[in-house]
Amino acid sequence: MSQVEIGSNGTPKIGVYVCHCGINISQKVEISETVEFAKKLPYVTVAREYKFMCSDPGQELIQQDIREGLVDRVVVASCSPLMHEHTFRGAMAAGGGNPFLFQMANIREHVSWVTVDKKAATKKAKALIAAAVERIALHQPLERVQVPVHPDVLVVGGGIAGIHAALTLADSGKKVYLVEREPTIGGHMAKFDKTFPTLDCSACILTPKMSAVGAHPNITLWTYSEVIKVDGYVGNFKVQVKRKPRYVDEEKCVGCLECIKACIFKEGKFRNEFDEGLSKRKPIYIPFPQATPLVAVIDPETCIQFKTGKCKKSCAEVCAPEAIDFEQTEKIKEIEVGAIVLATGFKTFDAARVSRYGYGKYPNVYTSLEVERLVNAAGPTGGEVLLHNGEKPKAVGIIHCVGSRDVNTNPYCSRVCCMYSLKLAHLLQERTGAEIYDFYIDMRTPGKGYEEFYERVSHEKIHFIRGRVGEVTDWAMEPEEVGKLVMRAEDTLMGAVRRVPVDMVVLSVGLEPQKDVEEVRRIFNIGCSYEGWFLERHPKLAPVSTFTDGVFLAGACQGPKDIPDSVAQAGAAASEAMAIVDRGYVELEPNTAFIVEDLCSGCKTCVSICPFSAISFDEEKKVAVVNGALCKGCGTCVAACPSGALQQNLFTDEEIFHEIKGVVSYV
Amino acid sequence: MSDNEASKEPFEPKIVAFFCNWCTYTAADLAGTARMVYAPNIRVVRIMCSGRLDPQFVLAAFRDGADGVLIGGCHPGDCHYQEGNYYALRRFTLLKKLLKSMGIEEERLRLEWIAASEGDKVQKVMNEMTKAVRELGPLKLEPRAYDLIQAQPATETEAVTLAQEVHHE
Repeated sequence: MSQVEIGSNGTPKIGVYVCHCGINISQKVEISETVEFAKKLPYVTVAREYKFMCSDPGQELIQQDIREGLVDRVVVASCSPLMHEHTFRGAMAAGGGNPFLFQMANIREHVSWVTVDKKAATKKAKALIAAAVERIALHQPLERVQVPVHPDVLVVGGGIAGIHAALTLADSGKKVYLVEREPTIGGHMAKFDKTFPTLDCSACILTPKMSAVGAHPNITLWTYSEVIKVDGYVGNFKVQVKRKPRYVDEEKCVGCLECIKACIFKEGKFRNEFDEGLSKRKPIYIPFPQATPLVAVIDPETCIQFKTGKCKKSCAEVCAPEAIDFEQTEKIKEIEVGAIVLATGFKTFDAARVSRYGYGKYPNVYTSLEVERLVNAAGPTGGEVLLHNGEKPKAVGIIHCVGSRDVNTNPYCSRVCCMYSLKLAHLLQERTGAEIYDFYIDMRTPGKGYEEFYERVSHEKIHFIRGRVGEVTDWAMEPEEVGKLVMRAEDTLMGAVRRVPVDMVVLSVGLEPQKDVEEVRRIFNIGCSYEGWFLERHPKLAPVSTFTDGVFLAGACQGPKDIPDSVAQAGAAASEAMAIVDRGYVELEPNTAFIVEDLCSGCKTCVSICPFSAISFDEEKKVAVVNGALCKGCGTCVAACPSGALQQNLFTDEEIFHEIKGVVSYV
Repeated sequence: MSDNEASKEPFEPKIVAFFCNWCTYTAADLAGTARMVYAPNIRVVRIMCSGRLDPQFVLAAFRDGADGVLIGGCHPGDCHYQEGNYYALRRFTLLKKLLKSMGIEEERLRLEWIAASEGDKVQKVMNEMTKAVRELGPLKLEPRAYDLIQAQPATETEAVTLAQEVHHE
C-alpha cells in the first residue's frame, strides 16, 4: 500500500535534536538518556542536545549538520509545532535542506509541563521522539504553492475599532469594504459624552473620523448590512454581504430630515435604540445627527405603510429627491478580498439578570450606558441629568462590577467599568451637584493617566465605599429613607453594613460578547474563548491574528477593552492585513491531498465528501482529480478513500502508521 | 529502567491519542502552558482534522501495543474544515461495533470534543481515560501474528531491535 519506500531518496539520514528549553524540559526529562535512546533509533545518524534549540546557535547546529552532509531529515524534540515548527522549517531551508523533511516532537507542552514523575516524563518523551523518527524517514521534499492575493480588504463592524482599521487601510491605498449592521457607523463610542481619562468630548474626536470614512474614496461603506457567507482562503476570500432594505435610496437621500418631520406620527412613539430607550423615535428616523451615512431609514415593524398599506405616505410626498422607496428589497453583494478585519464589538451585560439591584423594577435604577445618554448634550435630556419624574437627583449611587467578577454571571473583569464609573461619578457630580456614592470591589485603574484620574476624582465630592452592594430596595427603615432607593452594602474598610439612601442608582454593567457571536465565528471560521470572545492565535505573540490565516481581530470582539486599546489593536490588525496584501502572494501549506491515479477505482466517494469542492471527477480517465489550490488539507477524503488512492502530503497513511508504531512500540 | 523491571511494576496502560490540529491539539498545548498536570500514559499523534482519522489507524494502534485509543476533535459545528468531525463521529460509531466483535472492550476507545480553550477538559479526559483503561488491564488480543509485537522484550535495546525487525518486515 505504501507509495513511498524508505530510501527512495537514498537512505535517510536523520538528525535528532533534543532541547532543554532552559530548564522547562530538562527539569522533567532526562535529556542525555533521551539522546542516547534516539541514537539507537532507525536511520538516526546524529543525536544532540542543546539548551535552546530555537536560538540562533541552536538552529546553526542543525544547519551545520545539513551542510556537512550528516543529516538530511531533522527531528527537533522541544515545544509544540504550533509554536516553533515555522522557525525550524525556516532553519532547514536556510541550511540548504527541504523545510518539510522536518518533524517536531512536543516534549514540553505535552510532556515536561504536564507530568510530575521524571521517569514517566522521560519515557513519554522517548515515545514521542521515536514516533517522529519513524515518520520522518518517509517524508518527501515538498514545495509551498504561491497564490496571488486580492488587494482589497473587508472590515466588519463600524465602531471605533472598525473605523480606525478601515481608515488606516484606506490611507495606505487599499480598497476597503466597511460593513456595519446598524444604519450608521459609530458603535458604542458614538453614544458617549466624554471619554476617560482625558474627558475628551467623544463626538468631537469620533465624528471627524466617521465623516472621513464616509468621504474616503477608497472606502465602500455598507451600513445596515451583514456578512452572511465567507468562502475561500487567505488572500482570496469570497464574501457575501446582505444589504438590508432601508426603504430610502442612499444615493438620493440628502439627510434633510423633511421626511421625518412629515411622518404622520407627530411625535416619536417607538423605542429609540440609540438613546437606550430613554427617548422615542418615529418609524422613519436617523439615529443621531452625526450619523454616517446621513441617510434616513424606515423601520417596517412600526411604519403604518408596511403594517396596513394604507398610509398617505407623507414622507415620500415631501422628499424632493424622491429617495423613499417602499419597494426596496434585500440585496446580496458578492465581493472578493484578500484579508478580513473583524471588529464586531461587544454588548453590555443585561442588568435585569441581577434582580437584587432592581433594574426594570425601580425606574430610577439605570445602566451606565443609559446614564451615558443622560449626560450627553445630544442625548434625550440635552445633557441634563433628570430622573423619570423630571427632578434632579440629590444623591446618586454607583455600583461597580455588575455582570463582572461574579461567578454567577461573568467571572472576568470587564476592564473599563472602574474608569467609566469614575468618569460618570465626575460628570454626575458636575451636572447635578449631588452626593455621589461609589461602591467598588477593587479600584482597577491600570492605564496611562488612569490612576491620576482616580486621584483627581477622589478629591471631588464623591464617597468611595469598598464593598459589593447586597441589594437595592425601596423598603425604608428610617424616616430619611422614605421615597428613596436604599443601597445595602458591607463597607469592608469600615467593617460594617451600611444603608445608603439615594435618588438614583447607576449599574456599571460589564462587557459581554455579542449575542450572535457563535454564528459570526462560524461564518469566518474562527474560534471563541470559553466566554465567547473571539480567540486570538496567541495571547501574547499573535494577539490580533486568528487560527484562520488572513482573518484579524480588532477591538472588544476579542475581549473587553477601552478605546485606546481598541484603536491600537485596530491599527495592528490593519497593518497585519496590509502585510498580506502588500506582499502580493501567500504561500499555502503543502499538506494537500493528492491522488495516485493507478489506485483510484473511480467510486467518487471523495468527490461528495470534500467540504471545499476541491475534488472533481475526470470522466475520461475515470479518476478523481484534486484541485490543490482549493484543497485546505483536512484529509477527510484520504480517510474515506476505500482504495488508498488518495493521500495527504505530510500525513500519508504510511507516515501515520509509522508514527503510531513509533509512539507505542519502543517504550 | 528496562521494560523487564517495568513489567513487575503495576500495570500502566499505553494510550494513543489522535488530536486534530485546530481544537484538541491546541487545547493540549494550552493545558501544558497552564501546567495542568495529568497522567503521562497518553501519547498524542497530531492530525490536521479528526476527519483524517482512518479507522485503520485505531486498529493499527491496538495492533502495535496500545491499550486504549482516544480521538479528539472540535465540537460539532466548530470544525476548522466545516464537517470533518462529523465523519470522525461516524467512523467512531462503526469502530465501536467492530472492536466489540473483536473482543476489545468499548472503554478502550473514546471520542471527545475538546475546543482550543478547554485545557482543563484535556486534563480531565486524559485522567479519566487512563484510569478506565488501567482498570481494564492490558489489551489481550487473540494470539495471532501480532504476538511478536505483543511479547514483552527483555531490554530496551532489544525492544528497539525488535521494532526495527518488524519495521523492515
